[in-house]
Amino acid sequence: MDAFINFLYAAIISATPLLFGTLGEIITEKVGNLNLGVEGMMWLGAFSGFYVAFKTDSLLLSLVASFAFAALGAALYAFLTITLRANQNVTGLTLTTFGIGIAKVLGYAMTSVTKQPQISDSLNQKVSALNLPFLTNIPYVGKLLFNYNILVYFAVILSVLFYLYFKHTKRGLNVRAVGENPAAADAAGINVTVQKYIHVILGGGICGIGGAYMSLISGNGTWHSGGVVNGYGWIAVALVIFASWNPARAIVGSLIFGMFASLQNYVPASVVTLPTPIYQMLPFLLTTIVLIITSIRKSKENQQPASCGLNYFREER
Amino acid sequence: MKKLFKIVSLVMAFALVFALFGCNKPADDKTTTTTGAGTTVAATSAFDAVAKEDIKVGVLHITSIQETSGYTYAHHKGIQEMKESLGLTDAQIIEKDEVPDTETELVKTSLQELVDADCDIIFATSYNYMDSVEEFAAANPKVIFSHCSGSKSNNSNFNNYFGRIYEARYLSGIAAGLKAKEIGTPKIGFVAAMDVKNSEVTGGINAFALGVQSVYPECEVFVKVTGSWYDPVKEGQAAKALIDAGCVVLSQHCDSDTVQTTAQQNNVFGVGYNSDMTTAAPKAHLVAPIWNWGVYYTAAVQQVINGTWISKDYFEGYNVGLVGLSALNESIVAAGTAEKIAEAEAKIKSGELFVFTGPILDNTGKQIIGEGEKLSDGQIQTGINYYIKGVTLS
Repeated sequence: MDAFINFLYAAIISATPLLFGTLGEIITEKVGNLNLGVEGMMWLGAFSGFYVAFKTDSLLLSLVASFAFAALGAALYAFLTITLRANQNVTGLTLTTFGIGIAKVLGYAMTSVTKQPQISDSLNQKVSALNLPFLTNIPYVGKLLFNYNILVYFAVILSVLFYLYFKHTKRGLNVRAVGENPAAADAAGINVTVQKYIHVILGGGICGIGGAYMSLISGNGTWHSGGVVNGYGWIAVALVIFASWNPARAIVGSLIFGMFASLQNYVPASVVTLPTPIYQMLPFLLTTIVLIITSIRKSKENQQPASCGLNYFREER
Repeated sequence: MKKLFKIVSLVMAFALVFALFGCNKPADDKTTTTTGAGTTVAATSAFDAVAKEDIKVGVLHITSIQETSGYTYAHHKGIQEMKESLGLTDAQIIEKDEVPDTETELVKTSLQELVDADCDIIFATSYNYMDSVEEFAAANPKVIFSHCSGSKSNNSNFNNYFGRIYEARYLSGIAAGLKAKEIGTPKIGFVAAMDVKNSEVTGGINAFALGVQSVYPECEVFVKVTGSWYDPVKEGQAAKALIDAGCVVLSQHCDSDTVQTTAQQNNVFGVGYNSDMTTAAPKAHLVAPIWNWGVYYTAAVQQVINGTWISKDYFEGYNVGLVGLSALNESIVAAGTAEKIAEAEAKIKSGELFVFTGPILDNTGKQIIGEGEKLSDGQIQTGINYYIKGVTLS
């Protein structure tokens, strides 16, 4: 039982940056923009979040910085694709390489020759697991529910809020209209451009927080020149499909992916020994299966927003 | 108007791309133009002497020289040490870092650049550079290629170098074993980059375990494999899983310090690798087996200068100081650690203690070598594909 709790716990810890990335990309795609720059924006957030944490010792400022820097990357993408109507795929991919490059070069500048930058012990304490009186000490449940770092709760709450926003508010409905059929939304008096900008930038910023999670928590608060995000952004893009563009399902989806990521470490080798690459392949295998199933079922609710990936030319209505 | 937009967006997209290429520049800045002094090759595969002012040394690194905990940094430090002790200038050293050894095209481009820059000797520091280096050695007989940790070489201009790091691992195992004994929990974890088939990693684990068992015979070593030489996140996750499984001391054969910082965050202890990781995890890190590559680099480059370099594989250890231990973290090591290590170290140096001396059983109980037998250097370098008794893949 303890082993299973430990496994779930580890899965949730490694799922959280994926949840941020996935949520950010869902918000972006809801307004009809496919941003393949998640990986890049997470790198931007990982760097800026770390840098500010390193310099100011403040978790709040660090999160704001990671949001802001990644949002800046997203704003660039937004300007290119929404205003200038550049190809979304190409621009997104470019943002990925751009983000990785910028984060690496700034990280290079930040690192001294003799010691890698490390956040302070007190800040490390702040992003370590919560220890609530009474609650954390409940057997099993305490560890499973009340013993995470605060960003885990933040990610879950944020996902639920966005689920409610898209599903149950008029604004959310407008956003979905923009993503499904921008021309109709435009005719209905919704300002398509403004909605697109807001959500692309918001989504990018949230991806950035996922990056900060990785450099502050997954990387144990040490700046690693080789980077900590390494591929999580791409998994997040796959997870968007897995979650069928639903922020609530993203919570479950990222948890499942987190479980796959932790499986290798928690399945005893005495039970089953598989080569490492098999474990690393599992999440992607699962995504493929989900893609096949969803495309066979073709249920209308679980599809990509209809205009996703296409730029909106008002003049061409 | 739309056309104008398209043009502007195109230009901006290009700007992004070029900004990225701009970012890669710093790594290349060390490339300098040639001074024109080549080497000539005698017919007998010996090389002529090169004037100290004219020699050029090229180095290929797998990760960043900035990762101060890591493998590459140790090599970089060795190169710098060689530069200083021989009195070379910065312009004579061309280091290319972040050349992943799995990206063959990039490896070849980088090697070609080093050849084109008229390097007299090129050190390639990672295992998978091997085949590319072999190819280049055949194509460039005037250039010396020295490849780290591989198994290939030729009789003219391509040798292989590595060291008996297992000696240092054995000693670090003593520190880990004593700490586990002090805590009273016979469980030690090991985060390994590669699986049992990799002789370098597995030999290190076995030597470490022998060190542990020399002071705490019933102590077990549990291994987790990440499948990557450098992946801070995976290394941290594997370390956490080992801690969850009850390990009280963790060791590692992987390139970041995440195992040590994870140990610190979870109030257990750790033995690092490559460099003194006490700076990263002062409350957890006991000691680390380290490389002093400067010993080899200085000797090799000096031979090139003297014109005495011959293609001969290099495999040394404590005897020449190529391997060693970082400073013991006195505030947390178990009592008596320093004495125990010093004792064993003296025996290794004198040749009285050879780490891989039989009887050695693998963890299925099969006997590898019998009482008094020793593993040969060849077996150590490529033939350790089993965990010894007391070591378990978990």
